Amino acid sequence: MKVLIVEDEIELQKTLADSLRREHFVIETAGDFESASEKLALYDYDCVLLDIMLPGGSGLRLLDELKETGKSGNLIIISAKDSLDDKLKGLELGADDYLTKPFHIAELNARVKAVLRRKTLNGRNAIEFSNILLDLGERQFLVDGKDVALNRKEFDVLNYFLLNKNRLVTKNALAEHVWGDHIDQADNFDFIYYQIKNLRKKLQSAGAGIEIEAIYGIGYKLVEK
Amino acid sequence: MKLLNQSLKYLSVSILLILGLWAVVFYFNMLREIKESVDEGLENYKRQIIRNAAEDSSLLAKRDFDEGLFTISEMSKREALEAKDSYLDTLLYMQDRDDEVPELEPVRMLVTAFELDGRYYELKMINPMVEEDDLVKELFLEAIWLYLILLIAIVFVNNLVLQRLWRPFYDFLEQLKNYRIGKSKVQPKAETQIKEFKDLQTAVKTLLQHAIESYEQQNQFIGNASHELQTPLAIATNKLELLIENGTLESGQAESVAEVLNIIGRMVRLNKSLLLLSKIENRQFLDNQTVSLNEIARQAAGDMEEIADFKGVQIVLESQDDILVDMDPSLAITVISNLLRNAVFHNIEGGLVKIELRESRIKISNTGQVESLDGQHIFDRFYKSDSSQAGTGLGLAIVKAICILYGFEISYRMEGGLHCFEIDFRKS
Repeated sequence: MKVLIVEDEIELQKTLADSLRREHFVIETAGDFESASEKLALYDYDCVLLDIMLPGGSGLRLLDELKETGKSGNLIIISAKDSLDDKLKGLELGADDYLTKPFHIAELNARVKAVLRRKTLNGRNAIEFSNILLDLGERQFLVDGKDVALNRKEFDVLNYFLLNKNRLVTKNALAEHVWGDHIDQADNFDFIYYQIKNLRKKLQSAGAGIEIEAIYGIGYKLVEK
Repeated sequence: MKLLNQSLKYLSVSILLILGLWAVVFYFNMLREIKESVDEGLENYKRQIIRNAAEDSSLLAKRDFDEGLFTISEMSKREALEAKDSYLDTLLYMQDRDDEVPELEPVRMLVTAFELDGRYYELKMINPMVEEDDLVKELFLEAIWLYLILLIAIVFVNNLVLQRLWRPFYDFLEQLKNYRIGKSKVQPKAETQIKEFKDLQTAVKTLLQHAIESYEQQNQFIGNASHELQTPLAIATNKLELLIENGTLESGQAESVAEVLNIIGRMVRLNKSLLLLSKIENRQFLDNQTVSLNEIARQAAGDMEEIADFKGVQIVLESQDDILVDMDPSLAITVISNLLRNAVFHNIEGGLVKIELRESRIKISNTGQVESLDGQHIFDRFYKSDSSQAGTGLGLAIVKAICILYGFEISYRMEGGLHCFEIDFRKS
């Protein structure tokens, strides 16, 4: 999988590249409009992360160019501007997703994976890992082919973990992803702990080959047993 | 005091003074004129009597005023030579047409002397005068009438002038009263040719321009500052997340990093809230469409269900009437979910949250602390009823800003031991 990161802030570019390399993607980077335009014209990427505000031109113009050459798929806009206008324009121009800075690494991972999965979708929108299968279309969770009942939030939490398997998912990232952006109450974390506890119990009693590890009290990681 | 009344006060007092002074001067002038004309008449009369006496000597025996207006008496030559014409004001018993008995009347008297056939006579002639108190009374009444007529005329003219001349001023004032910075689109303006009003408008315009600029700058500053913070916050979050993920840290170090991450998380939420607030205040939400608040309330209640369960709080939704509002859907969601979230989080174990939709109003009431909150400041930015809370203190400020943006009315009160937030979605 080849991913291009178009981001002028070098530190962020490096961090994103670092994180995505852990998913064993091949990463290329571009720091301004010119080099991004050149790379996009020369190569094909499985996923492009595009900052809208670039030195030398707007990222939206790049998107325009991509649309003309029919290469606009699999693109995620990352922007400091949480502007509905830009969002709509970006999605209209063929971007798959719009991520507002700052975001958690787990969130970016999940979005990239979702984009890639859509690309390589072969009939069924499902995640398979170890002995489990999460069917996103039917919203079903199967362990060894047997249905395990999850409530809505547990399903979302598990999905998020599966998009970030073997990666750290912080409680903050989890709370924002599953319970929305505006949550600003700290006692959410007790609730998250409680939800994870329930989910763990269900995974264990169903004999799933995966487990959720706690990491230093800051977050969790889903790993194969 | 209105301008009209004020100017009337000054005018009426000054006119009263002028008119009073004028009446006094007029009275004395009048009296002098009358005397002069009477004296002239007496002079003519004198010559006529002397001529008549020369022809009819019986006149010379007229000793009193009973039958005529003159008396003649003989005098010595020495007295006669010393005598000069003299006019006096005196009183005599006389009977006027309107008097039943003779009474004292003011008269003008001419005392003179003449010589006829070598003998000397004293001649006294009188002419009845206007009664002075009658004259004063008459004049006084006339002056009062004049004063009243003048006052009425002034009130009338003043009104007309105020209405005509001052109309641009009152127009302008009315517009200025209704003007709200950041809300009103058109600046106050009134058509006028009057220099003072033009100057006033220019001055107000300059002042407003300045106020608008600072208002916009302030809003933009918050927006820009929040924007500029996004990227550094992103870098800090992501670097620390990767650092923990590396697994090379000792657990104590990792926990410190985790604490820092949580603090950055708070900054991020604060920053996002400020950005949202400044966007609302800069009217950057224009995607207005018809929104069903019943639907949004139902979804928000559903989203909060698990957390509410976890906290042992029951959410009850009573949709009595359908409420459809023309607004940005994401703001509608923000309003309701912010209120609902507050209601759930500031609740007690085994508590209750009630959402009621009735007519055009949504009421969200919840159990919680016993004391009422400070209704004056609860919607202020960064107001926290309890400083230990981890919230940004902007949730209700955002709700209020959205209500202001759309002209909805929001209120807080204690009702039957429940904290009640109510929004009236009728646009005011």
